[in-house]
Amino acid sequence: MTKKSYRQAVNEAIAQEMRRDPTVLIMGEDIAGGQGGTAGVEDAFGGVLGVTKGLYGEFGPERVIDTPITESAIMGMATGAANTGLRPVAELMFVDFFGVCFDAIYNQAAKVRYMFGGKAKTPMVVRTMIGAGLNAAAQHSQTLHPVFTHVPGLKVVMPSGPYDAKGLLIAAIRDDDPVMFLEHKALYDMEEDVPDDPYTIPFGEANFVLEGDDATVVALSRMVQTAKSAASGLAKDGIEIELIDPRTTSPFDEESILESVERTGRLVIVDESPPRCSMASDIAALVATKGFKHLKAPVEIVTAPHTPVPFAPSLEQAYIPSEEKVDAAVRRVMS
Amino acid sequence: MSAILPIVMPKWGLAMEEGRILEWHAAEGAEIARGQDLVDIETTKITNTLQATDGGTVRRLVGSVDEVYPCGALIAVLAEPDVPDADINAFVDSFVVVVPETEDDTGPEFKTLEAGGLRFRYVEEGEGQETVLFLHGFGGDLLNWMFVQPDLAASARTIALDLPGHGASSKDLGDIKDMEGLARAVAAFLTAAGIEKAHVVGHSMGGGVALALAKAEPARVASLTLLAPAGLGALVNTQFLADFIAAKRRRQMTPVAEALFADPSVVSTEMVEEIIRFKRLDGVEEVLKTLAAALADAGRAEAPAGIPVRVLWGSEDKIVPPPADLPAPFAFTRIEGVGHMPHMEAVAAVTEAIAAQIRS
Repeated sequence: MTKKSYRQAVNEAIAQEMRRDPTVLIMGEDIAGGQGGTAGVEDAFGGVLGVTKGLYGEFGPERVIDTPITESAIMGMATGAANTGLRPVAELMFVDFFGVCFDAIYNQAAKVRYMFGGKAKTPMVVRTMIGAGLNAAAQHSQTLHPVFTHVPGLKVVMPSGPYDAKGLLIAAIRDDDPVMFLEHKALYDMEEDVPDDPYTIPFGEANFVLEGDDATVVALSRMVQTAKSAASGLAKDGIEIELIDPRTTSPFDEESILESVERTGRLVIVDESPPRCSMASDIAALVATKGFKHLKAPVEIVTAPHTPVPFAPSLEQAYIPSEEKVDAAVRRVMS
Repeated sequence: MSAILPIVMPKWGLAMEEGRILEWHAAEGAEIARGQDLVDIETTKITNTLQATDGGTVRRLVGSVDEVYPCGALIAVLAEPDVPDADINAFVDSFVVVVPETEDDTGPEFKTLEAGGLRFRYVEEGEGQETVLFLHGFGGDLLNWMFVQPDLAASARTIALDLPGHGASSKDLGDIKDMEGLARAVAAFLTAAGIEKAHVVGHSMGGGVALALAKAEPARVASLTLLAPAGLGALVNTQFLADFIAAKRRRQMTPVAEALFADPSVVSTEMVEEIIRFKRLDGVEEVLKTLAAALADAGRAEAPAGIPVRVLWGSEDKIVPPPADLPAPFAFTRIEGVGHMPHMEAVAAVTEAIAAQIRS
């Protein structure tokens, strides 16, 4: 057990699965070479943010495929490879690029098992970077998880830290269905204790990051860390929140949230996405339909505004749900 | 004579950095005996009671309730009543906290070695003529000994290891199916580590392993100290084992963990989360099922000839309920008010029993 970063946890998950299972391969833009087109194997940077470092050297060009800049080909290739017996882990460098390859994902990969009556499967993983905070501007900072969550046949995973990232990615690679694995780019440097051995975390099982009786706070991905920071300020004033990280939006652990709201009666949802058709609105509706009688106050949602992600740093910081906004929302739901 | 004895915040396990004082059990001026409960301390992993390592009069309670102190910080001072207050004041004022560097700590560290085709993680602490080997129980790991090992490391070479399938040791048991198999693996470890003979301390399933080791290789075992052991004919609570294996989430595992202790409030969220995380590791579920089957049928070992055996058992043990007594040559001690974890719930009694084995 050692302290590892989110980036290292993802790298380790891929490496350990590639060692265990020769049908696992990875493909994507710059996943071998990385920044600036480095030449030899020893130099290989491994992805624009270094996440796939070392894999080319260990597994070679047949299993670590640097692709041209053509997402439609990458995802089409991955879908076909998955349908014919391989287990590809394809990288969509920024989730914002999904537009040019979405057909392969939602209309092919997600539908194969159903439309072939179970006679074919698509065991592929699409790893992709989401989220704002690195000043990457409107076309490189979205989260877009509601879009994928909406599609039956796609699994959607949003790890909030290194320990979860490794276990969920190993589970995703072993899963026989197409999985969207959403890595928040602002979390790559986060460190925590991660076991050296391989392990899996099941999908559809929320994590109770904090336990408390005053208010239920549901948060996703980086927002889990934001809510955790807000929790310590709230605790000083005697407010103990129950912080739930669903880990996966599809399949989704409804039961844990409903059970928690039954006890606390108060719900705050923190979702780094614009509010229309978001996970925040989805979860609020879930509780309003199935847990209405337990609510002591209206549901509070803390989301990004309905705008593109700004490039100006001050505006980008205003866009991202902050610790202060979470704190204020919890106090409102308690009053 | 006129010695002043500092009581410091203990370091329970390698990860502990600080502790919070919950409650003092002795007031200033009180006379306390060695082994007596002194103070309840809460860490992120567990809440436990620090017992006095020596008798004396409590001259100063330096640590305040609800305050957090780093490991090594002075929290109380014991001395005889004839030591002047001025001396006590001077001692407190001049006390220097030894804060170990996180990287270059001269304290114990995790090590690994390969033996019999398996990787073992272990912690080695202390030096001395005698070697003490600690074997944890079902689903446990070497950290279970964190309250007991440091005390004994003061005067002996101590080694606590992760049994195959547990902690950070290999999770693939190979052809190991039972405690005899684990004992063979432990023997291979001893050979690889160059240890000819050791005082073996075993808890629960580890006790069964210790008995099997003593039967198979008696020349390696100087003495046995068994805590709530499997393998002496007491029936193991198989429902507990099944619940332990079945629990997938903290909510399910918490009551299982609480059943281990006479006082369930010592179980922290972090302790339960660590058990859940251990169970997620590849291969662990298989290991636990295999060993649970062996424990259901643990048998009754004979006392190994020529090897002194002490057995300590908590009266409130719900996992391996204690017998009324054990025949000679087993030296049996029943500890009142203690559950299945005497090495955490009755630290002084356990360290004293092991120390006595080493002395004799």
